[in-house]
Amino acid sequence: MNFEYSDEQRMLADSANRLGADLWPSSDRLKLLEHFDDLTARTAAQMAELGWLMLPIAEDDGGLGGSAVDVMAIMEGVGRHLIPTSYVANAVLVPALVSGDPAAADLLAAIGEGSAKAAAGLLEPDGGYDLGWVECAATGSGADWTLTGEKLHVEDGADADWFVVTAKTDAGISLFLVRADAPGLTVSRFRAIDQHRHARLKLDGVTVVLIGEAGAALPRVELAVDKAICAHLAEAVGSMEAAHAATLEYLRTRKQFGVAIGSFQSLQHRAVDMAIALEEARSMSYRATLSLSLSLPAAERRRVVSAAKARVGQCGLYVGRQAVQLHGGVGFSDELIISHHLKRQMMLDCAYGSSEHHVARFVAPQVLGA
Amino acid sequence: MDLDFTPAELAFRDEVRAFFAKTVPAEWLTRVRAGLRLEPAELIAYQKALAAKGWGAPTWPVEYGGPGWTPAQNYIFESESARAGAPIQFHQGLELIGPIIFTYGSQELKDRYLPGIINADDWWCQGYSEPGAGSDLASLRTTAVRDGNHYVLNGQKMWTSYAQVASHMFVLARTSQEPKRQQGISLLLVDMKTPGIAIRKIETMDEKYTTNEVFLDDVRVPAGNLVGTEGKGWEYGKVLLDRERMVCSATAIHLPQVLDGVRDAARARKVGGVPLIETPAFAAQLAQLEIEAMALETMVLRLLADLASGADSGPRGSMVKLRWSDLYQRATALWMDALGPEAAHFRALEGEAPADMPYGMQGALYSRVTSIYGGSSEIQHNIIARRALGL
Repeated sequence: MNFEYSDEQRMLADSANRLGADLWPSSDRLKLLEHFDDLTARTAAQMAELGWLMLPIAEDDGGLGGSAVDVMAIMEGVGRHLIPTSYVANAVLVPALVSGDPAAADLLAAIGEGSAKAAAGLLEPDGGYDLGWVECAATGSGADWTLTGEKLHVEDGADADWFVVTAKTDAGISLFLVRADAPGLTVSRFRAIDQHRHARLKLDGVTVVLIGEAGAALPRVELAVDKAICAHLAEAVGSMEAAHAATLEYLRTRKQFGVAIGSFQSLQHRAVDMAIALEEARSMSYRATLSLSLSLPAAERRRVVSAAKARVGQCGLYVGRQAVQLHGGVGFSDELIISHHLKRQMMLDCAYGSSEHHVARFVAPQVLGA
Repeated sequence: MDLDFTPAELAFRDEVRAFFAKTVPAEWLTRVRAGLRLEPAELIAYQKALAAKGWGAPTWPVEYGGPGWTPAQNYIFESESARAGAPIQFHQGLELIGPIIFTYGSQELKDRYLPGIINADDWWCQGYSEPGAGSDLASLRTTAVRDGNHYVLNGQKMWTSYAQVASHMFVLARTSQEPKRQQGISLLLVDMKTPGIAIRKIETMDEKYTTNEVFLDDVRVPAGNLVGTEGKGWEYGKVLLDRERMVCSATAIHLPQVLDGVRDAARARKVGGVPLIETPAFAAQLAQLEIEAMALETMVLRLLADLASGADSGPRGSMVKLRWSDLYQRATALWMDALGPEAAHFRALEGEAPADMPYGMQGALYSRVTSIYGGSSEIQHNIIARRALGL
């Protein structure tokens, strides 16, 4: 048993912290957001240069074959500095979905070098967060497939050049690759409260490419999403840590009634509960992430990941909300970094399934999963 | 002890219901349900409609333009307003400064300012908090120095909501330095057009323009705009804060509006092909909130009954505020859960955002400040411990 980073992983963590401190300093968030496009482009360029985009791609796919813990080392820094990046969808989720298929080789090369971005459309209007609820339908065979249907939400998909989507064929749930500018595909784009940009897709007889074996996609989708979830857990932990540290600093320096407000016992206890929530979340993040590298049966892996997703979401919301509360009015203003941490925690709780969804998946993996 | 309304009260209820049915446009509904304030122009139009009916100041005495309602009538009015999807009246003039003016102000101030509050010809904002004086309001540092027939104001106010549209501001400022911090504070009425006032918008997490910093630089206020006695402002200010808590009774009566928003969202969305509202886990969460909202409503009724009988309601205003802000936060969070993945579609980069957006999410974000403003939850706990429990 070992919960320490290797030297290499520590270097990854250090470089994530450097990138964050350099491009996304916490002191003037609103000013940074005015230069959002420029800064996210520079962030993506640096990520490519640092090899982060190659890291999660399997060696057989031409990547570096990094582990889930390697990704965790990066993502804690992403969360700590609130870097609004599509890294998880683009470099973790999609490569896991399309791994091993020659039809995706060009896409994986482009993702790895940073010349294209991809995202995954896995959720549908009447299915909630259930990856197995697929009403999109694809017909065809061999290299000739046509897809019709709707994807309600594509996490971090607004700026994607490629989409990987699930659809039903005669054989069952299958994965398809489609270019964002394909005829018949309508992409609606949205901004969330944490500045992440998502998409909704309408596909009307769109020509698509089959990835992997028709009908066999759901286990692969579940595993890929579990990897994305673990990356998000690390991000949530990094953000909680930063929000907690900023709150402690505020409790020590903000004076009311002639004393530092951190001298009030009720606030001390709250800060302690936040510290416990952070420790709990970090423990769950480690547990889920490490479980990805044990070759657990899928049902058992899903159970651990869902437990972690639910609990980290709850802890993250607690820490984010209390960080705002203990900062008082300035916590509610957007001029400090604190409110931005809460907004990211709110969105991380939704991404790839809310706490409620994952509690249900924890209870009944055999029903909800493949 | 009874929960019934008299035949006269039932007739009054029908009259109020008919009024709201023709006064409340449908386009307000989502914002009202999310607990968001409407745009100032909309609130002014609404206030003018109420004033034209003689209902502009429901809680005021008849002699100052109130309708002279009983607490039961006030409850009926608010609950019908909630039922119809009407907004809460803008409270800073009506509930905060108005009652201070008619209780402590000179006849001149009453004549000058009370009608403008009822008719919405004036818009009041509150100049209380300062960068160093939040929960600890008595540490405020803005000064008002007497110079002939004027007071000259200097200092900085913070969290001054709607300063950007207000015609007037009521300000707590120090008129003398006294050993006890609560002494030497005075309450002044300031015309926002007076030279020397500068406003800076404060960006807030709900992306809604509500609040400001206000800089006061040699602002000359006629001495006649002092309310009551110089140096007694803290006492009036404290009455204001108590009244602000009472405002929560009205907001608490409007809580079912938020639950209506949650319910409709959960009816509109399916999970696994089943309407979300019919899934046991969601239905249980909604039921829990409804149960707590029912308890809160009954607490408010007891508060109103105390008002009617002139009994001291003790710390129950603080209790209502604590319970209401908690329920409002949880209800809007559940509303966002009900939207599922679309909770991430806050604003469309082109085209239209999904139903309930951005307002539902803005409500969920705005709800976070309700346990901070008007005496934070921590301060409310202190008040209850000290005043009611003797700790």
